[in-house]
Amino acid sequence: MSDVALQQGRLHLRLPAGWIVAVLVALAVLVPYAAPQTFAWAKAYPATWIVPVSDWLKAFLYWLARDLTFGLFTFKEMTRFISSLFGYALAVPKAVFSTGITFGDEDGAFHIPRVSWAGLIAAVTVWSYMLGGLRLAVLGFVGFAYILVFGQWDSAMVTLSQVLLAVLCGVAGGIGLGILAFRVPRLEGAVVATLDFMQTVPTFAYLVPLVFLVGVGPVSGMLATILYAMPPMVRVTMMALKRVPPELDELARMTGCQPRQVLWKVLVPSARDDLLVGVNQVIMLTLNMIIIAAMIGAGGLGFDVLNALRQANGLGKGLEAGLAVVALAIVLDRMSRALVELRPVHGAAAQHRRRLFWAGLAALIGFTLLSFAFPALESLPPEWRITTGSMWSDVVSWVNINLFSTADALRTFLLIYILVPVKTFLIGFPWVGLLAVVAGGAWSLGGWRFALGMTALIAFIPVAGLWERGMTTIYLCSISVVIASLIGLPLGFLGSRSERMHKFLGAMCDTLQTLPSFVYLLPVVMLFRIGDVSALVAIVLYAMVPAIRFTDHGLRRVPPSLQEAGTMAGCTGMQRLAKVELPYALPEIMLGVNQVIMMALSMLVISSFVGTNDLGKQIQVAISQADPGKGLSAGLAIAFLGILADRMIGRWVAARRERMGF
Amino acid sequence: MRVHRLSQAAALCGMIAGLAMTPMAAGAQESKDPIIIALHDWTGQHITSHIAGDLLKAKGYKVEYVTIDYLTGLTAMENGDVTVMTELWATTAGDAMKASDATGKTEKLGALGPAAKEEWWYPLYMKEKCPGLPDWKALLKCGEAFSAPETAPKGRYLGMEATWGGHDPERIEALGLPFVAVDAGTESAMFAELKSAYERKAPIMLWVYSPHWVPSVFEGEWVQFPEYDAACYTDPKWGINPDKAFDCGKPYGDIFKYTSAETKKKWPGAYEVLKKLKIDGGELNLMVKEVDVDGKKLDEVVAAYVAKHKGEY
Repeated sequence: MSDVALQQGRLHLRLPAGWIVAVLVALAVLVPYAAPQTFAWAKAYPATWIVPVSDWLKAFLYWLARDLTFGLFTFKEMTRFISSLFGYALAVPKAVFSTGITFGDEDGAFHIPRVSWAGLIAAVTVWSYMLGGLRLAVLGFVGFAYILVFGQWDSAMVTLSQVLLAVLCGVAGGIGLGILAFRVPRLEGAVVATLDFMQTVPTFAYLVPLVFLVGVGPVSGMLATILYAMPPMVRVTMMALKRVPPELDELARMTGCQPRQVLWKVLVPSARDDLLVGVNQVIMLTLNMIIIAAMIGAGGLGFDVLNALRQANGLGKGLEAGLAVVALAIVLDRMSRALVELRPVHGAAAQHRRRLFWAGLAALIGFTLLSFAFPALESLPPEWRITTGSMWSDVVSWVNINLFSTADALRTFLLIYILVPVKTFLIGFPWVGLLAVVAGGAWSLGGWRFALGMTALIAFIPVAGLWERGMTTIYLCSISVVIASLIGLPLGFLGSRSERMHKFLGAMCDTLQTLPSFVYLLPVVMLFRIGDVSALVAIVLYAMVPAIRFTDHGLRRVPPSLQEAGTMAGCTGMQRLAKVELPYALPEIMLGVNQVIMMALSMLVISSFVGTNDLGKQIQVAISQADPGKGLSAGLAIAFLGILADRMIGRWVAARRERMGF
Repeated sequence: MRVHRLSQAAALCGMIAGLAMTPMAAGAQESKDPIIIALHDWTGQHITSHIAGDLLKAKGYKVEYVTIDYLTGLTAMENGDVTVMTELWATTAGDAMKASDATGKTEKLGALGPAAKEEWWYPLYMKEKCPGLPDWKALLKCGEAFSAPETAPKGRYLGMEATWGGHDPERIEALGLPFVAVDAGTESAMFAELKSAYERKAPIMLWVYSPHWVPSVFEGEWVQFPEYDAACYTDPKWGINPDKAFDCGKPYGDIFKYTSAETKKKWPGAYEVLKKLKIDGGELNLMVKEVDVDGKKLDEVVAAYVAKHKGEY
């Protein structure tokens, strides 16, 4: 770190200051080691200095939930009222997709069936064809047919109805907030800060407060989902509105539009493409939340996955339900992406498109009406469903018996030579030293004020009394990030070189990101046993996705002219890669690494499910003890780490881009 | 979807927000509101909850289920989001129950029937590698036999300290056992490792509770520690280690039913059923096995039980 400080110092012609900072950092790190007696306070954070942040947070939330009143009604009544509104809203898609409507309680009561499976599959297929041609149609058909024949339909429809409502609310709320921030520039800073925060605090941390204020059930699951999925929509809206050419805005004013008309008739329609990208993001994030929402009572596929994995031979069942989540996610994602890319057409083509739309709708309604007469169309008879049974359990058992010794050797090696030494080193690291290292690094990247802010963020960990778990988090995340980058960057490179590899990696990334990680966690545990190694494998699998994607994308974006210039200057292939392409793509790759860090942090709670003792564990404990303060303080610490990494890398990338003359 | 479900959200909201204000004909009239039963994350509890639910439905009550974390459930019950919890184990929820009793918003309905047992457990093949088991004194010499690379020469014990409590690190210290307590994180992960070890006949020592499917699928035994006594956990002088508490096994005991304090007035008939509800431990274990191991549908297993025992309520 002092090296960096040095180089940067020279760069900014602040040599003396650079030297001083480097020496100070070195002192802060080394002195506590050199004189452990005199500087004991600088090595291990003294227990008496710990600020009881979690107790304060807990007291605050108890006060919110029990005592806060606005005169006519209490805070709790307000949150309950809001959640009951969502409850009403949810009743509609739930009746349409999952339960139908029954009048009366008796057995023979009149029943309006839900949307028929045949109708939905037909409609999805036809609409996919309309949006993206034959390939998408096949994908849509296979995805939904899988859900049907593997008997996941009922749960998938419960999930789908929640997903639809959550996406609607997320999109509407996101656009609303985005417009607000766009219109009122004073709010923009606050909104951006809130977004950063919402995206880095792990969802788990606000589950407990949510249960406290809203209760349990599908509604709170959905609220958690909306909180998690909305931020990208806000960001995209803000960015999209800013990118609308000012001429358009002026034109609208000149033609005499009211401000409201300017917004809804000109700005929003011309930002349509960007907004649709946001919708796509909201859909993906919503589907990511299925499992977590099930932990506070959302039911559906998430519940099936969790429940199956607890049973004796539940691995296959869990995998089947998990793959249904993947199918749902990929079909919805591809359809919404195709919608983004859809160009307006005119004449015969437009008519064709309209006809396809109505055909899909007709199939949907037609089959549903038919199911009055044929109940098999409402719900597929059980004897037509198939299952992989115990096949997957058997596969895993085989792997376990035959490959365990190899896995165990790898595990022992990792533990003894890498994990344990790094962990011991980091937990024993003087806290003053850690603060100094962060401050020095931040100073060299962005000056004094930046350094002060970053140091305040990292200081939260010792001050809130989270040192051991915080450092365990840093240790697990940094090793995972290194390994994920070591695997992901070369894969991304390969993907940028060959179209076939690119496609393969795309499918792999989609599956890794949408398959609930819990499903592959258990086989991993069977091979690598409970503990940090299993957690590491799970984090790496999930977090390497952006490393692959960003590297691939970054290398593909190198302008051909630049490559040719390299070739003309006499570079060999290897040289061109090292001297031209990599430096050019480096900022993009670093953004990928930044995302890897975020993903690794978001996997912390999951990793605590296989026995790590990090900040995620603290949140898990908080959930089971219903202690909202504990969970939130750990959540804050994770958020601060995320923001810290994000800002530091962001500065570095910006500086680098500037130097390369973008 | 029943049509009046639409009104339930509002009804529930009103019930929570202003129970005191809601006029209620004392005792005589049964409320039309649904009775909400909490489901946690183990099969036995799903079975007992659905038995309670089916019995209530048979009496004409509306029943809803909601999935919620074990101990969070009591908090939710205090807030009025949950009406009934069928299983609160004296072994793991002792403190939470005491805290909840103190709020006066919940009511303990007595024992459900099955006796809860939780203790250190090992597969039967480990007896060869550690002669003298199940007596705990055999473990004093068996650290190596139960060890893993990162704990060697000490043995590795998988527990769930963070979420289930259990005082295992203290127990290890008090009894001088050559073991390290490793937190498994989740039950799924813990039993995945048991399955892995069992298939390879590899050493393993872990926390197993009953009623559960594990004792019926894997052959094994519980370690016999000095028997639990309330004084053992509080009084260092008790037991073989005069300086430390926790020199004994884990508590065992009843599983309790809980309901909201409002139930008695709001649904007097349901209250009677819940109060009476009793399920035999052996019978419950069999049902758990039927669902988890034999792969039968939970609804069918529950329906069969209810059909057999309906007359008792």
